[in-house]
Amino acid sequence: MSAILFRDVRLAARAGGSAMLALAFFAAVATLVPLGVGADLRLLAKIAPGVLWVAAVLAALLALDRLFQADFEDGSLDVVALAPPSLEATAFAKIAAHWLTTGLPLTLLSPLLAVMFGLETSGALFVSLLIGTPAVSAIGAIGAGLTLSIRRGGLILPLIVLPLLAPAVIFGAGAAQEVAGALPLLAAFSLVACVLSPFATAAAVRLNLGS
Amino acid sequence: MLRYANPTRFLQLSSALVPWLGAASAALFAIGLYLGFRVPPDYQQGETVRVMFIHVPAAWTAMMGYGLMAAASLVGLVWRHPLADTAARAAAPLGALFTALGLVTGSLWGRPMWGAWWVWDGRLTSFLLLEFLYLGYIALWNAIEDEARAARVCAILALVGAVNLPIIEFSVDWWTTLHQGESILRKGGPLISSVYLWPLFTMALAYTFLFFTLWLLRIETEILRRRARNALLAEGP
Amino acid sequence: MLAVEDVTGLRGGRVLFRKLSFTVGAGAALALEGANGTGKTSLLRMLAGFLAPAAGTIRFGAVSEPEERGRRVGWLGHHDAVKPQMTVAETLFFFARLHGVADDIPGDVRAALDAVGLARLADLPGQYLSAGQKKRVALARLKLTGRPLWLMDEPLASLDTAGKTLASGLIAAHCAGGGVAVIATHEPLGLDCARLVLS
Repeated sequence: MSAILFRDVRLAARAGGSAMLALAFFAAVATLVPLGVGADLRLLAKIAPGVLWVAAVLAALLALDRLFQADFEDGSLDVVALAPPSLEATAFAKIAAHWLTTGLPLTLLSPLLAVMFGLETSGALFVSLLIGTPAVSAIGAIGAGLTLSIRRGGLILPLIVLPLLAPAVIFGAGAAQEVAGALPLLAAFSLVACVLSPFATAAAVRLNLGS
Repeated sequence: MLRYANPTRFLQLSSALVPWLGAASAALFAIGLYLGFRVPPDYQQGETVRVMFIHVPAAWTAMMGYGLMAAASLVGLVWRHPLADTAARAAAPLGALFTALGLVTGSLWGRPMWGAWWVWDGRLTSFLLLEFLYLGYIALWNAIEDEARAARVCAILALVGAVNLPIIEFSVDWWTTLHQGESILRKGGPLISSVYLWPLFTMALAYTFLFFTLWLLRIETEILRRRARNALLAEGP
Repeated sequence: MLAVEDVTGLRGGRVLFRKLSFTVGAGAALALEGANGTGKTSLLRMLAGFLAPAAGTIRFGAVSEPEERGRRVGWLGHHDAVKPQMTVAETLFFFARLHGVADDIPGDVRAALDAVGLARLADLPGQYLSAGQKKRVALARLKLTGRPLWLMDEPLASLDTAGKTLASGLIAAHCAGGGVAVIATHEPLGLDCARLVLS
């Protein structure tokens, strides 16, 4: 299982690296928003937690459609499915790899963006992203598993996954604003998502392989 | 129940039931609307409270629709019941329509009170997310070429959505308590006096019958369409 | 030993094959032949456990459960599972680690590379390989992961003459070692094996 984790991280870090793409997207959104709403730091600080959370979700979604599709198209998924690790374990490894290459870098970049938005509570933002972005990877993986055989699956995946991610954004942004009770709710949601998602994801992948 | 798994038997049952369900629905709508107009206007909202009788039952039906779709998906996935797959597929556009109706009527209901066509009220926001769940399901089904695989894949999506729905509702509820906002669309609606309950329940029944009528009709149509297609293919060149 | 009993295969409602039965004993190979669209790939995927047959049973040795059976399969499909950004050696190392096959992974990878004549290209990323070379990498993977049942879909496609001889040799060696091979193919394998024609 760790073999898959290391391979996926290595692939993401190489040419076509999705890590850089996600970071660039995150930064782009965060830069365009002030251009759009104006330079009033008080306003920016007010909307920062929500805006940065949405930007993080979108950035994480960027590479999701290729999570399984790339392996599916070059035949690796067939071989991996027949390998000793169960498909659930494989799904978990891929979710972890996705988080390590999108969620984690985004979290690490967030303090810098918090400064650009004049946000005082950057610690809260950091913690909320750290705990919440695994849920985004986990739930997104379900969508990736469902759409892996669709050629332009990338267009449908956000639509499918969007409503499912609403709680993450709600609790995450709430936690970033240090709203009482938000962080435990976020942690609970993340935990449940990470535990249950591999099963749903594996079921979806199994279905798509059976043809 | 399993007897009606056979498409022919199902068609027999369905064609017997549909006229009754349709008639009952029409009758209930008539009664419900009549009662709805006879009821005295709300002291606060005036005449616009009557929109409630169209909005709230639509909302209930939309939720029920998703539940039915998820249940049919489960049956299709676990017991490989082909009719269950068709039933789930047939329910989706209906649910999406009722949800859209709920959104529009919710907006209409709120406009006089809030002065805006849309507010991020807890109810309406949850509804919008439900609409996306429906649309995602329909889009996914249409995107997968293999019918059987589309059914299975969408079944998983429907079940994941069903499990998530309570969580989504909860989180949106929590979110609305954070941010200020007047909500006349709280759970159960505004303080409903018993006078309003009769028209409300009548309309709810009317909507339910309507849903089932349309649902059965859609399933029938799909069965017949498939038969026609198979007959055409069997004829050969 | 692979035992297939009364297996029926459907695709999109159409029957591909009905009540198909055959066995392939240890040390034997079976060539699956037939025109395009006759269901060779579907049958292979059924044997691998990806796809469930509409009817019938498939057993490999004592195992009939699909995922269990899959753990005994060495799969070579249309695509070669070679990532453009990973070198040949990295690819084989990955698969070796994934399958948990060996204590001496570097040694085994080297041996597999030698067996397919790619030792020279070990550090070349997949994107620079020709189709034939990628196929050889896939063959090396099969040898490396050492699974008893080899299921191969057009293994000779995109190989040159030398490559074809190599492939046949590898299959023969696999069978000689007690393995089983089922190969869908359009061309003669150069092996002494049974043939099954799907139509």
